[in-house]
Amino acid sequence: MIREISNKEIIKVVRDLCIDANYNLGDDVLRAFDRAIEAEESATGREVLNELIENARIAREEKAPICQDCGLAVVFIEVGQDVHITGGDLKEAVNEGVRQGYKDGYLRKSACHPFTRKNTGDNTPAIIHIQIVPGDRMKIVFAPKGGGAENMSRVNMLTPAVGIEGVKDFVANRVKESGSNPCPPTVIGIGVGGTFERSAILAKKAILREIGNRNPDPELAKIEEEILTRINRLGIGPMGYGGNITSLDVFLEIEPCHIASLPVAVNIQCHAARHKEAVI
Amino acid sequence: MSKQIRLTTPLSSEDVEKLNIGDKVLLNGVLLTGRDAAHKRLSELIEEGKELPVDIKGQVIYFVGPTPAKPGKPIGSAGPTTSYRMDPYSPKLIELGLKGMIGKGNRSQVVIDAMKRFKAVYFGATGGAGALIAKRVKKAEIVAYADLGPEAIRILEVEDFPVTVVNDTKGNDLYQEGIKRYAKV
Ligand code: SF4
Repeated sequence: MIREISNKEIIKVVRDLCIDANYNLGDDVLRAFDRAIEAEESATGREVLNELIENARIAREEKAPICQDCGLAVVFIEVGQDVHITGGDLKEAVNEGVRQGYKDGYLRKSACHPFTRKNTGDNTPAIIHIQIVPGDRMKIVFAPKGGGAENMSRVNMLTPAVGIEGVKDFVANRVKESGSNPCPPTVIGIGVGGTFERSAILAKKAILREIGNRNPDPELAKIEEEILTRINRLGIGPMGYGGNITSLDVFLEIEPCHIASLPVAVNIQCHAARHKEAVI
Repeated sequence: MSKQIRLTTPLSSEDVEKLNIGDKVLLNGVLLTGRDAAHKRLSELIEEGKELPVDIKGQVIYFVGPTPAKPGKPIGSAGPTTSYRMDPYSPKLIELGLKGMIGKGNRSQVVIDAMKRFKAVYFGATGGAGALIAKRVKKAEIVAYADLGPEAIRILEVEDFPVTVVNDTKGNDLYQEGIKRYAKV
């Protein structure tokens, strides 16, 4: 059975998600801040965490953006194969939703031409990832991504011989070198396997996981915990002022790769870990 | 580390010499805003030996590019932007009497040396705390380069604007000292 979804509905849903994600930090992040305050040894670090909790409360109450960098509009869409979109093209509907959301929500527009640096003026084009899945629903995940943390993210094609230890070293060094730039405490998404671009998408999808949820594979869950412990021993702390809470969580996703390759991507997400989703 | 100090701008060399890394400072009075494009223009004027559109003596510059203000509000969310992009321009401004800068992230050694020599400090504001910081801004007014839009130079009237001393006048760096103190490797 074919189910129809109008492009108007998509526009409205995306518009609302843009605003919701930028004003209302997720409960999982708020709970992670509370746990971090308990665990943080540095008084300066605890003060930063207090400010972040207070900031999230003000943003929610006053309907204001959590952070002035409202990000590039990253959108993951799962389209059921029994969905028929009416009234126009899907990508254009998403971009229109972004346009309206960033305007109506008084969000900062940060999209520009890579060389001339001229602002596109409406925060489009969105970065859209579409996947066709079974069913007759459409799931839209909106995850605005700020420049500070995205700039610290990297892909590396490791030599297979370095194995999992090589992956851990790469991730820990990346976090160390990033220091205060990605607004710690961060969330670290790691994608291992696939190809060059696939690893990056895995890493980006990984940061959408709810904080505190481990990979269902016990082996991978253990590696996530090991990397998190290692990162939090670096001493960077909240905002890089020193402390033992540098990251709130580490999420690892893996896929098979080429016999000659070991692609690894680290996507660093700042504490403004914004993502909201809707199902149509 | 970590005591709380209230300061009102303009700042003197004595004011900033008392500050140490890790001190929590609540700034009152006015702040100037500026990021990449405004800094570039100020530097060009200095090079040409021309007068600046604002007097920077004793002032504090906040590196910020806020969200659009909602009707009735002086400013939108207004957390700090990454500071290193201002590194090429900051030493000259410090030499001309700038006493403080507010941003996030590391400064270059050249900037740290200039702060030591001419007595200025670098404050960190909490990155991403844009909504909280906006509440401490009571008034905002464009004073130069209106054509730059969000990057225009504004004067902000602030009340208890929360910052942390990252680089003091003695050449210390909180980012380095913090890691040394808390690293367990
Ligand atoms: S890194 Fe994140 S929290 Fe920091 S300024 Fe950018 S978007 Fe905001």
